[in-house]
Amino acid sequence: MSTYEIMQRFAASFGLAWFGLIAVIATVYALLPSKSDAFDEAARIPLRED
Amino acid sequence: MSDISMRTKAMTLGEIGLIIVFIALACFSLLVASKAYDPGYAFHAWLFAAASCVAIFAIFNRYHDRPAEPPPQSIDGKPNYNFAPVKFMSLAAMFWGIAGFSVGLYLACEMAFPVLNFDLPWIAFGRLRPLHTSAVIFAFGGNVLLATSFYVVQRTCRARLAGDLAPWFIALGYNFFIVIAGTGYLLGITHSKEYAEPEWYADILLVCVWVTYLLVFLGTLWKRAEPHIYVANWFFLAFIVTIAVLVLGNNASIPVSIYSPKSYIVWSGVQDAMIQWWYGHNAVGFFLTAGFLGIMYYFIPKRANRPIYSYRLSIVHFWALIFLYIWAGPHHLHYTALPDWAQTLGMTFSIMLWMPSWGGMINGLMTLSGAWDKLRTDPVLRMLVVSVAFYGMATFEGPVMSIKSVNALSHYTDWGIGHVHSGSLGWVGFVSFGALYCLVPWLWNRRELYSLKLVNWHFWIATIGIVFYITAMWVAGIMQGLMWRAYTSQGFLQYSFVETTEAMHPMYIIRALGGGMFLIGAVIMAYNLIMTIVAAPRADEIATPAPALAPAE
Repeated sequence: MSTYEIMQRFAASFGLAWFGLIAVIATVYALLPSKSDAFDEAARIPLRED
Repeated sequence: MSDISMRTKAMTLGEIGLIIVFIALACFSLLVASKAYDPGYAFHAWLFAAASCVAIFAIFNRYHDRPAEPPPQSIDGKPNYNFAPVKFMSLAAMFWGIAGFSVGLYLACEMAFPVLNFDLPWIAFGRLRPLHTSAVIFAFGGNVLLATSFYVVQRTCRARLAGDLAPWFIALGYNFFIVIAGTGYLLGITHSKEYAEPEWYADILLVCVWVTYLLVFLGTLWKRAEPHIYVANWFFLAFIVTIAVLVLGNNASIPVSIYSPKSYIVWSGVQDAMIQWWYGHNAVGFFLTAGFLGIMYYFIPKRANRPIYSYRLSIVHFWALIFLYIWAGPHHLHYTALPDWAQTLGMTFSIMLWMPSWGGMINGLMTLSGAWDKLRTDPVLRMLVVSVAFYGMATFEGPVMSIKSVNALSHYTDWGIGHVHSGSLGWVGFVSFGALYCLVPWLWNRRELYSLKLVNWHFWIATIGIVFYITAMWVAGIMQGLMWRAYTSQGFLQYSFVETTEAMHPMYIIRALGGGMFLIGAVIMAYNLIMTIVAAPRADEIATPAPALAPAE
C-alpha cells in the first residue's frame, strides 16, 4: 500500500470515528441539563463590573 | 525619589534578553543590507536595522522611566488591567482602516479608468491589490483583533495581561510586519499567493510575533480569577492557534539565499495549490470569522447589557464551526487539477457550514430579543447587529457559490469580489467599527462617545455604500459569467474578453462610489473617536448642572 492509501484509510476509519466522538462529546456537554446554572452564570461574565 | 529605590532598580531578564536580541538583529540586518542582491530587499534590511535600534532605545527609555517594582497585578482588590497596548492597537486599526479603504477606492477607480495607473509599476493593479487586501485584512482587521482580544481576555478573566514587554513586542512587531509586507508589495517582493504574499523573512518576523501573542493570551488565561473561560476567549484562542498552523504550513518555503527576498515552496503543483487554499479559506474562517465572532460574543451582550441568547448554542456553534471550516478550502479549486473527490469534499463541508454560521447569527441577533427598541436609540448597537445580519447573508451566499454548478458560473467573476465584500465590509467592517465605538470610551475612561449623531451618519453612509458595492458586483459578476459562456449558433464564443470588461464599466463606477461612501463613513468614525479621546467628558466627572439664573437687579 502506498503512503497515500495508508493515510487515506486511516483518515476514513479512525479519523472519522475520532471526529464523530468529539462532536458527540461537545454536543452532550453543551446540552447537559446539570450545566444549566453554570452556563447561565458564564453568560453573565461580560456584564459583571469590577 | 530616594536613593534606595534608585539602587534597587535593575533591568529584568526580559529587558536584557530583548536588548541582546535586537543588537544581534541590527548587526545581522546591516550585513544583509550590505550584500543584498535586490535594492528592495536592502531597503527592508535597513528598515529592520533601524527598527531594532529604535526598539533598543525604547527599552532603555522605558527602563529609565518605570518604577523599580513591576506593576501590581491588582489595585484595591481590582485587577490592574494593562490597556496601554490595547489603546495603541485601537489607534493603529483606525489608521490602517482608512489607509486600506483608500487604496481599495483607488483600485476601484483604476478598474473603471485604467489610465489611473499612470504606467507606473508601483501603483499598477497587481501591486496595489495585495496592498489593499493586506491593509484591510491584516492591518485593520488584525489590529482590531489584537486590541479586542487583549481587552476581552483581561476583562473576562479579571486578570492583568501576562507579560511586561511581550504585549508591546506584539503590538509594535505586528505593525512593523505590516510595513515590511506592504512596502514589499509596492517594490515587487511577493510570494504571489493570495493573502500569503509576504516573503520568507517577513513570515519569520510574523511567526515570532504570533507565538508571543499565543503565549501572552494563554498566560492571561492561566492567571484568570474567573473559573470559567468565557466563550469569546475560545473563539480568540482558536483564531490564534489556527492562524499559527496555517502560516507555518503555507510558508514552508526555502529562500534562494539570505541575501535574496525570493523563496520557493518545498512542494509543487496541485499540492501547493491545495495547501494555499487550505490556508486561504481558513484565513477567512479563522481570521475573519472566528476572531470576529469572539468580538460578537463580548461586545453585543455588553453593549445591549443582556447576556448572550444561548450559552449552550455558543458551545455548539464553536465546535461545529472549528471542525467544519477546516475542510472547506477545496471549493476554491473547482474544475482544476485537484482530484474530484477533494472538490466534492470542499463543497459538502461548505454547505454543512450553513448550520454553525446561522447558529452563530441567531445567537447574536436573538440576544436583542426583548430589547429591539435599543436599535432605534443606539446606533453603535445597530452597527453591531447589522454586522451579524451581513454575516448571515455572506455565509448563506458562500455555500451557494461553493456548489460546483453555481461555481461554474461564479468563479473568476466579480461575483466573488461582491461576496467577499459583503462579508468584509458588512460583517468584519461593521463589527470592528461597533467594537471600536465601544472600546475607545472604555479605554480612555470617557462617559460616552463624542457624538452618537455622527455614528448614525457613519452607519447610514456606510450601509448604503455597501449596498451599492455588492449589488454592482452581483450584476457585473453574473453578466460577466454569462457572457463568458455564451456561444453563437455556430459554436463560437460570442464575446471577447474585452467586451465583457466594456459591459462592466458602469458597474465599476457604481462600485467605486460605494467604496468611496464606505471610506467617508470610516473618516467620520476616526474624527468621532479622536474627538472622544480629546474632548468628551471623563466617565468619573460629575455632570455639573447649569447654574441657576438670577434676575438682574
